[in-house]
Amino acid sequence: MMSSEFFTTWFLPGIWITVQVTVYAAALGAAISFGIGLARGSQYWIVRFVAGAYFEIFRGMSALVLMFWMFFALPLFGWQLVPMWAGVSALGLTYGAYGSEVVRGSLAAVTPAQKEAGIALNFTRWQRLRLIELPQAWPEMVPPFNNLLIELLKGTALVSVITVADMTFAGNLLRLGTNETTPIYTLLLALYFVLAFLITRGMRLVERRAKAGIGQGPVKTGGTTRKPGARGESVQAGSQSAGGMG
Amino acid sequence: MSWDWNVVDDFMPRFWDGVLVTLQALAIGTLIAFALGLVWALAQRSTQVWVRWPVVAVTEFIRNTPLLVQLFFLFYVVPNFGPSMSPLTTGIVGLGLHYSTYTAEVYRAGIDGVPAGQWEAATALSLPKGRTWRAVILPQAIRRVVPPLGNYVVAMLKDSPMIATIGAFDMLGEAQAFSNETFTTEALTVVGVAFIVIAYPASLLIRALERRLVR
Repeated sequence: MMSSEFFTTWFLPGIWITVQVTVYAAALGAAISFGIGLARGSQYWIVRFVAGAYFEIFRGMSALVLMFWMFFALPLFGWQLVPMWAGVSALGLTYGAYGSEVVRGSLAAVTPAQKEAGIALNFTRWQRLRLIELPQAWPEMVPPFNNLLIELLKGTALVSVITVADMTFAGNLLRLGTNETTPIYTLLLALYFVLAFLITRGMRLVERRAKAGIGQGPVKTGGTTRKPGARGESVQAGSQSAGGMG
Repeated sequence: MSWDWNVVDDFMPRFWDGVLVTLQALAIGTLIAFALGLVWALAQRSTQVWVRWPVVAVTEFIRNTPLLVQLFFLFYVVPNFGPSMSPLTTGIVGLGLHYSTYTAEVYRAGIDGVPAGQWEAATALSLPKGRTWRAVILPQAIRRVVPPLGNYVVAMLKDSPMIATIGAFDMLGEAQAFSNETFTTEALTVVGVAFIVIAYPASLLIRALERRLVR
């Protein structure tokens, strides 16, 4: 069975590492989402092209393969990353690409009249974005971002294979040490579920605030967890075909 | 930096073996996900609480926990009380099961999207329940869910290298083994490029499909 010593030396710090990787990768991913998402609506074709290429490449890439590559192959190009940062960058770059689609889509969904009003009032492009478009697009972004955040949380389990001591890594260590697999992996799954649940609850709060911020009432939400449509690509597809009509 | 094309040449035979295993896992995994997803979606609409509630709970749980840990669970825990499967079989079952919970949600949205008038027409014609589903609802629902289902196939392709962690020799598994034997890293780069080369045309195809199917 799991000794209490093992629990305090590996498992609890493992939970903390998982939380840290999630937070750091989410921060990197959010920065990339907004950067690339805005660039994809740029008026210069070269900016649009570069951002589009980034999106296609990282959306087509497997996060695990990217992580392996950063961990094993990048050092030969003269860049040695600490395992944890290799994991965080791989996750942030991948989920940032998905997120850029969310940002692009919600900005494009702001009513044209709003943008025209901004132009009529002689706002600069930056003012329009900051004062008119983003505040209205933000509430639309929160639910898909919630889905991505949970995909990201699930993705953090991957860092265990590049030797980052997260909770999955601790679970694998325990398996090698004791061969008691049933309790440890069951506990692990339950912990991920609890973390995902907490994220969903938190994002519901953010969504309610965001909607209140632009004078929309809270929407009623059924169920305890999210509705998928998770990855950026399917958000778009889902809203055009199945999800949006339903 | 060092890049040696000879290493790439040496890796090629094993690379194609890996591609074959990846595509095999993807194909069977997709079949499981599509079939099982429909079962979940229909069970979630059941009038029986004791059917609906457990299915909702199980699919929510599977969807919100990492595939990697689920694979470990299937590979190391399930043999304690159930069948013991090869790494590849475990991987295929894991992929199929995980993604079935996503496709269930897609089917659900598709079924909800069928206009109420279609249900009423079926009732007015007094079609039996089975016939209503088979001849009226599902043909309309499935038509509109093809593009999102396709997106999940691409997503599954990108998650498929995880089966290498339990010892299956897919593209990543082969690359890892080759790199460890030869102390090189070119194989990993090749596999990384291969993923983009496969996934990009696939997503273009889905976009084209979407334009055709959604009016």
